[in-house]
Order: sequence, then C-alpha cells, then structure tokens
Amino acid sequence: MRIKNFLLGVAALAALAVSPAYAAWEPTRPVTFLIPAGTGGGADQMARFIDGVVKKHNLMKQNLIVVNKAGGAGAEGFLDIKGSPKDPHKIIITLSNLFTTPLATGTPFNWKDLTPVAMLALDQFVLWVNAESPHKTAQDYLSAVKGGADRQFKMGGTGSKQEDQIITVALERLTGGKKFTYVPFAGGGAVAVQLVGKHVDSTVNNPIEAVAQWKAGALRPLCLFDAKRSTYTDKVTSTMAWSDIPTCKESGVNVEYQMLRGIFAAGGITKDQADFYVNLMTKVMQTPDWRTFMEQGAFNPTVLTGNEYRKWVEAAEKTHFDLMKEADFLHK
Amino acid sequence: MSGHEDDTDNSPRLVSVRTMEVVVAMVLMALAGVVIADSLRLGVRWRPIEGPAAGYFPFYIGLILAVSSAVTLIRALADKPIPGQTFVTKQAFGRVLAVLIPLVVYIIVLSVVGIYVASAVYIALFMWYFGKYPLTKGVPIGVGISLVLFLMFEVWFLVPLPKGPLEEILGY
Amino acid sequence: MGGFAVVLSPFNLMLMIVGILLGVIIGVLPGLGGANGVAILLPLTFSMSPTSAIIMLSCIYWGALFGGAITSILFNIPGEPWSVATTFDGHPMARQGKADEALTGAFTSSFVGALVAVIVITFLAPLVAKFALKFGPAEFFAVQFLTFASFVGMGRGSAFKTLASMSLGFALASVGLDTVTGQLRMTFGTTELLTGFKFLTAVIGLFGIGEILASMEAGLAFAGTHARLRLNAVLETWKKLPAYWMTSVRSCIIGCWMGITPGGATPASFMSYGIAKRFSKNGNKFGTGQLEGVVAPETAAHAAGTSALLPMITLGIPGSPTAAVLLGGLLIWGLQPGPLLFVEQKDFVWGLIASMYLGNIAGLIIVLTCVPLFAAILRVPFSIIAPMIMVICAVGAYTINNAMFDVWMMGLFGVIGYVFNKLKYPLPPLVLALVLGDMAESSFRQAMLLSQGSLSIFWSNGLVGTIFGLGVILLFWPVISWAVAGMRQAKAA
Repeated sequence: MRIKNFLLGVAALAALAVSPAYAAWEPTRPVTFLIPAGTGGGADQMARFIDGVVKKHNLMKQNLIVVNKAGGAGAEGFLDIKGSPKDPHKIIITLSNLFTTPLATGTPFNWKDLTPVAMLALDQFVLWVNAESPHKTAQDYLSAVKGGADRQFKMGGTGSKQEDQIITVALERLTGGKKFTYVPFAGGGAVAVQLVGKHVDSTVNNPIEAVAQWKAGALRPLCLFDAKRSTYTDKVTSTMAWSDIPTCKESGVNVEYQMLRGIFAAGGITKDQADFYVNLMTKVMQTPDWRTFMEQGAFNPTVLTGNEYRKWVEAAEKTHFDLMKEADFLHK
Repeated sequence: MSGHEDDTDNSPRLVSVRTMEVVVAMVLMALAGVVIADSLRLGVRWRPIEGPAAGYFPFYIGLILAVSSAVTLIRALADKPIPGQTFVTKQAFGRVLAVLIPLVVYIIVLSVVGIYVASAVYIALFMWYFGKYPLTKGVPIGVGISLVLFLMFEVWFLVPLPKGPLEEILGY
Repeated sequence: MGGFAVVLSPFNLMLMIVGILLGVIIGVLPGLGGANGVAILLPLTFSMSPTSAIIMLSCIYWGALFGGAITSILFNIPGEPWSVATTFDGHPMARQGKADEALTGAFTSSFVGALVAVIVITFLAPLVAKFALKFGPAEFFAVQFLTFASFVGMGRGSAFKTLASMSLGFALASVGLDTVTGQLRMTFGTTELLTGFKFLTAVIGLFGIGEILASMEAGLAFAGTHARLRLNAVLETWKKLPAYWMTSVRSCIIGCWMGITPGGATPASFMSYGIAKRFSKNGNKFGTGQLEGVVAPETAAHAAGTSALLPMITLGIPGSPTAAVLLGGLLIWGLQPGPLLFVEQKDFVWGLIASMYLGNIAGLIIVLTCVPLFAAILRVPFSIIAPMIMVICAVGAYTINNAMFDVWMMGLFGVIGYVFNKLKYPLPPLVLALVLGDMAESSFRQAMLLSQGSLSIFWSNGLVGTIFGLGVILLFWPVISWAVAGMRQAKAA
C-alpha cells in the first residue's frame, strides 16, 4: 500500500513537472513561418530575427521554418496560408501588403481568412533627402515641389501601389496639383542607396533601411509620419537622435502613416492554439534582443493582441481602402 | 548536347525534322499571340504615372517572337520534303517515352505520398527496369537516397519538401 | 594584418573548414542555396564572437561558389545560377571523359578570380564603394545591355532561331507581377503563375532533364562513363592553364567590375563567356568542350561573387539572398552594416577580409583533393545515376517556390530542352533572357520614368555613355571586324 501510494505520488509529481502542456496546446511538428516578401526587406529581417530569438532563448520545442513567398507582391504567401485553414503549424508575418495586395491586384484574399495573433510593432516612415540637398525641413521641400515643374521631383520607393506610393500620393495633396515622379525599386535598401547616389530626390524609407546611411552623414531625415515623435533618445548621429526628428504634422505636412508588423495564424484554429502563439510572441518581445532591435529600427513598439488587434486591423483596412480609392489604385 | 543523330538506328521514322520545325514554329507563334494579346490589355504606350505601361516591353518581345517564328516556319515549309532528315525514329521515341512517362507518374505520385516515398520507389523501379538490377539492390539504394534527402532537407536544413501519410505518422 | 592573426586561431580554422564543406554540399544540390546554409547556422553563431561567426558563414558562401560548378560539369545541371555558363563547355568535356580536367580548371580559375577580387577589396575598398553609388537605373540598364550585346550573335545556325529563343526567354521572364506598375501580367487568373517562371526551374528542366531525355534516346549511356581516373589530373591541367592568362585577366576585370557595381555573379559569368568566345583564338570551338570556356565564366563568377560582398558591407544592399541573410546576421550580432562599419568595427571587417584569403585557399585545397572522387561519380552506371538526377532535379524545382507547379514546369522544360536541341534552337539566349529579362526591363522603365521618356538618359553622363557605347560596339562586332579585315585586304592589294 505504502509503496503504491508513493509511486502514485511520484507519478503525480512527474505529471505536474512536465505539464504546463497538460492544459495548453503546443506544436507537434515544425512550424512554417511564412514571409510574404522577398529576402532582405523589413518583414524578412524581422521574421528572421524572431526565428533567431526563439532559437537563442529556446522559446519553443519545435523548430520554426522560415519560408519566403514573395510572388505577386506577397499574394503567394497569403494564398498559401489561406489554403490551409485549421492548420495550427503555419503562421505568417504581415506588412501593409496584407491590405494593398488584394486591393490592387484583385487577389481573392482578405485578412479575415486568417486568425490575428499579435501586433508586434508599428513600423515608421521618414521623409528622407540627400544630405547635400538644400531642403532643410519638410515644409521647405514641399514648397519646392509646389514651385517646381510638374513631375520634376523624383520620389524613390519600394514596389508599386504599396505603402511608399500611398504616402507619396498623400503628400501630393499638399503640393498644389504638382505630382512627384514615383520610381519603384525592388527593395528598401536599394532605394536608400539610390537616394545617396542622387538618382532620386527623396524617399520615404523605413528607419531601419536608411539608418546606416544617415549615421554616415549621407542622408537627412525631414519628418516622421507619426502623430508623436519617436521615444528613442539615444544619439544616432553626433547631433541627432530619432526623437529629434520632427513629426510631419509639426512641420506643417499633415500626413500620417504607419505600417503593421504583425503575426497571423491560419484561419479557424482553436483558441488554445492561437494562445500558444500569443504567448510565444509575448516571450519574444520580453527579450533584451527584441528591445535592441526595436531601437535600432526606431519602431513604434505598440503591442496589441486578441480583440483589440482585430479592431485595429479592421480600421487599418478601411484606411487603406480609402487611400487607395483616392489614388485610383484599386483593382478594376 | 546535340549530336545524337541515330544513324545506326534503322527503325522507321516517326516524325521528320520538317514536320517538327513546322509544329514548333506554330506553337511559338501561338505563344506570341497570347503575349501580344495580354500586352494590349495592359497597354503598350506611355502613361503619365507609370512611364512605359506594363505591356510595352512584352508587346515588342511578342512581335519579335512572332516574326522570327514566321520566318522559321516559311523556311521549313519551303524545304523540299524528300530526303528530309529524321527528327526521331519510332524506336528512339519509345525510349524517350520510357523515361518521360515514369517521370510524369513519379510527379503525380509525389504529390500524393510525398517526395521521399515516391523517390525511393522511382529509383528502385528505374534500376530494375532499365538497369536489370534486382530489387534487392534497387530498394536499398532508393531508400538510402530518400533517407539522405530526408535528413538533409527536413532535419538538417529545415527545408520542407512535399510529405505524405508516412511522414505524417512519423510526426513531420 | 591583425586580421590574419584573428583568423588563424585553431577554432576559427575549424569553423572555416566546416563552413566550406557545408557550402560545397549546398552548391551541389540545386534545392539548397547559400541562404539555407547561412540561415541554419545563424543560431549557432550567437554564442560566438561576430568575427568567428562571419568566418564560418562567409566560408559557406565560398564553398557554394565552388560547389556550383560540380553538377554543372558532371550532369549539365547548374546547382547555382552563376554556373549555367560553366555547363556550355564543362559538360561536353565531361562527356569526352575529361571531367577531372574541367573540374580542376573550374576550381582553379574560381580561386584566381576570388583572389584578385579580394586584393581589389583590400586595397581599393573605400574608392570602390563610392563608385557603386554612381549606378542608377540608366547605368544598370546599360550594364544589362552590355551583357546581352556580348552574348548575342554567339550561336551558330539560324539567327531567327536565336531571336525566337531569346524572346521566349523574355516573354517567360515577364510573367507574374510587374514590379513597376503592380499589375499582373500573363497570369490569366491563375495563382500558380503569380510567381512567374523562375530561372532555376527552367534551367534544371532545359539542361538537366533535357540531357537525360537525349541520353535515353541515344540508348542509355552517358558518354562520360568511360572516364579514366587520373590521379595526376590536377597537375596536368595546371600545365595547360597558363596559356589562357589573357582570358583570365579579362574575366577577372569583368567579374570584379560586375560584383562591385553590383551587377551580380550570374550576368558576370555570361558576359565573360561571351567576350572570351569573341576574342579567343579558339572562339569558334567554344561549346564543344574547351577548357578556356570553363575558365572564363568561373573566374568571372567567383570574382563577382567575392567583390559583391563589398557593397553589402558598405552600402547595406544585399547582392543575393545569401547576402541578405548574412546582413540579418550582422544585425543580430549588434553590427550595423553601412558605410561606418569600416570605421567602427575594424576587427570585424579585417577578420572578414582575411577569411576571404584563407577561406579560398582552404576551399581550393579541399575541392581539388576531391576531384578524382567527383569524376568517379560518372563511372556509376547510367541506370542508377539517372533516376537520382531526376529526383534531385525534382527536389530542386520544388524548393524554388515550395510549389508542385514548378515540378511540372521542370518536366515541361525538359521536353522543350529536348526538342529545341534537336531543332538547333540555342538554349543559352533563352536562359540569359530569363535571368536578366526582369531586371533589364525594370531598369529600362525606371530610367524612362526618371527622364520622363527621353532616351538621352543613356548618354547623359560619361559613365553610362561609355558602357552603352561598349555594348553597341560589341553588338556590331562581327560587322566591325569584317569591315576592318576588308580594309586591310584592300590596303595590301
């Protein structure tokens, strides 16, 4: 009897020790982590960084397998995850093409086909000019555009009918009918280099794409497309920190735009399964590595999960629809 | 790569070079037609925001393809039918089909049972049928190759390949 | 010089060898790219110093550059895009039983190309980095035009078939999303065509499967089956190589230039092959198994691959997916790629450069010792090796997009390759157009946008004008050389 009781006790203890998994769901196979963008871009960098953090801190028993599915401005990746509903072993990182790709190309896809997991951050946009440019403020630059010939000023950007071009069109509201010549390039890094080489007059690069050139004194930030200034006060160059860049609104250019960096899982998965990924991402965001990464890229570290996240995405979809309708970018 | 003229092969001719030239040129012209049609839909001129429209470049490519294939077609038709070179003999074509059909079957099977099982079976059968190796040799080699591939892609490099029920059971 | 001391620690040497071996495997298999290798090892590197990490990761890159040549020569399947041009003469050599000679030639010239490029990086880095900034869309288009110009007019046989083949390549390249307007082209509502036709699918099918079909038709034999095993093949080949010094020099220049600008290793290898064919005494024999035809593309590809790391470090633009993953690595180690890396992280940069020297020497030794082993693969009976090649091709095609569609396309391209070969439609122009078509088209349209439709942008400054001029000269070279020869004759008479 005694021995039996003892054994039972051991068994119970052992069960306790192994099993937070008792209640919660855990992946039983490697998890595919889709990136609806090419290698080297902002989304790719972030996804591979998350993969690195998960592996470094052993946050998950199974492996993450990072796969780029960039075809058709990300449509390939979205259709892939839409095509495997209820598969708990597939997640996707999203950027604005979650909205812009279906709207611009007519790809049969909507974010409602997926399960929202978490917003990791909002990526900022900054209006950049070459450091040798005579324009010191956003106001200066836009008046120059206003005063110049139509299409005289060239805006470099990533992709077509996506975030960079949407911001450009929004800026054109303030230039008295004068348009930019928008030149699409393949990647954000290449865009920044084109600006350093003076092949274009300005860009709206994400901070992380242009920070190295800014540090080296080749680029000048004019304004940040956010409601508030950045909270990062450490000096990036000898004189300026991210927080020293004025918001566009401050400089009299009333344009705001931020890009979602979030995680979605396949549609129709159970709450337990979704919770696992919410927990995983929360753990990732608590690491010091993540904080360094956020600061390097001057991200707006807004974190949302569950219902709030869903509401945010709904609102963002509406905004994109309106912006793209105004710019005549909708698929016909 | 070329130079497989089968002079020793005395089996009857299946297709002449001339016929094949005509067929290929016509297929290419049809393709050119598709390209041109889609380019016209996209627009082939200058547009204020976009510069040269999306169809601009493919349109001219389609034209070049159409014209150059037309020239090849006319040349082939003007060619005297006799003595006419042989494109492929019946026997040689049989040998080509003998690899082509298994390849097609392999690809179909692959999408159902996954690449590892399909490859093992394919290698073993290929060796047995063409090389007259007994299955006792073919099966170990086939399974071995699949195993190496599995370790390399699935386990080591974490590159997911198509998998079927067997891998599902094994927990992948 | 401190860099060498860093690299020469036993631990780092070990990492170097591991990296190279892994890289060779990755280079051999068409399904794995350098990006996979680097991505998988990245987590391992978190516990190392950034310098050790970059040594291991960059050695994967060197290994992959070496490895790409192996399957190109043995089976006509390029493991990596930049080794396509190596198949043109390398595979015919293997069929003639000279696989060991072709492999030695390829490895040695890769090494020479890389070495020259590293020397350029070491001494000219700051100067060269500025040069890359001068490249806008017009300059990029000029470079792509030059690549085409150096390559057309190469094929024997019907010029119309060459044209048809090239335009087919361009047409295939334009399928999918148009990056300039964001419109879908020639997808006809299908989701499979969204991603377009990837160069590797076509190459694996056209060359790899096409070759097997042709071998089957001829009656189940790889001509290389009777390859002799010569243990002194390496030394024998080395005796022949110095004769091609002119080709090497030209290819080094082309490679370094294309790597720095950054045009990339793939166009560099094509351009170098085209130019070697045009200016070599044996040019008309190219494509039949000339050692010189292996030396030219391999030297250029490796020189370009090596010097392409420079823009990555200094400008933060990755020249290839592998470089992109490496860039990601830099961020995780807390290094910011960019112009200041040379100033702020001297140890790291010089460690990297030193590892380029030593990694390539170690790589050369490793691959050369394996030459007899690689050549011996051809002695395996066809009925064993053929299905294995088919399987590896299928794996390679699938991994490009993780899609079954590409495996089907590979089969289709195999049939196209077989038919085109028999009808003497040249395949290289198709492949070149497929690989460069997209880039050339978008550079052209970006340039047109910048100039608002004026073609004068292509001679608006000295740089673009010179490149464009060179392209035009090369394009009309047959006519020019004919005219010059005619004038000489007239004078003599």
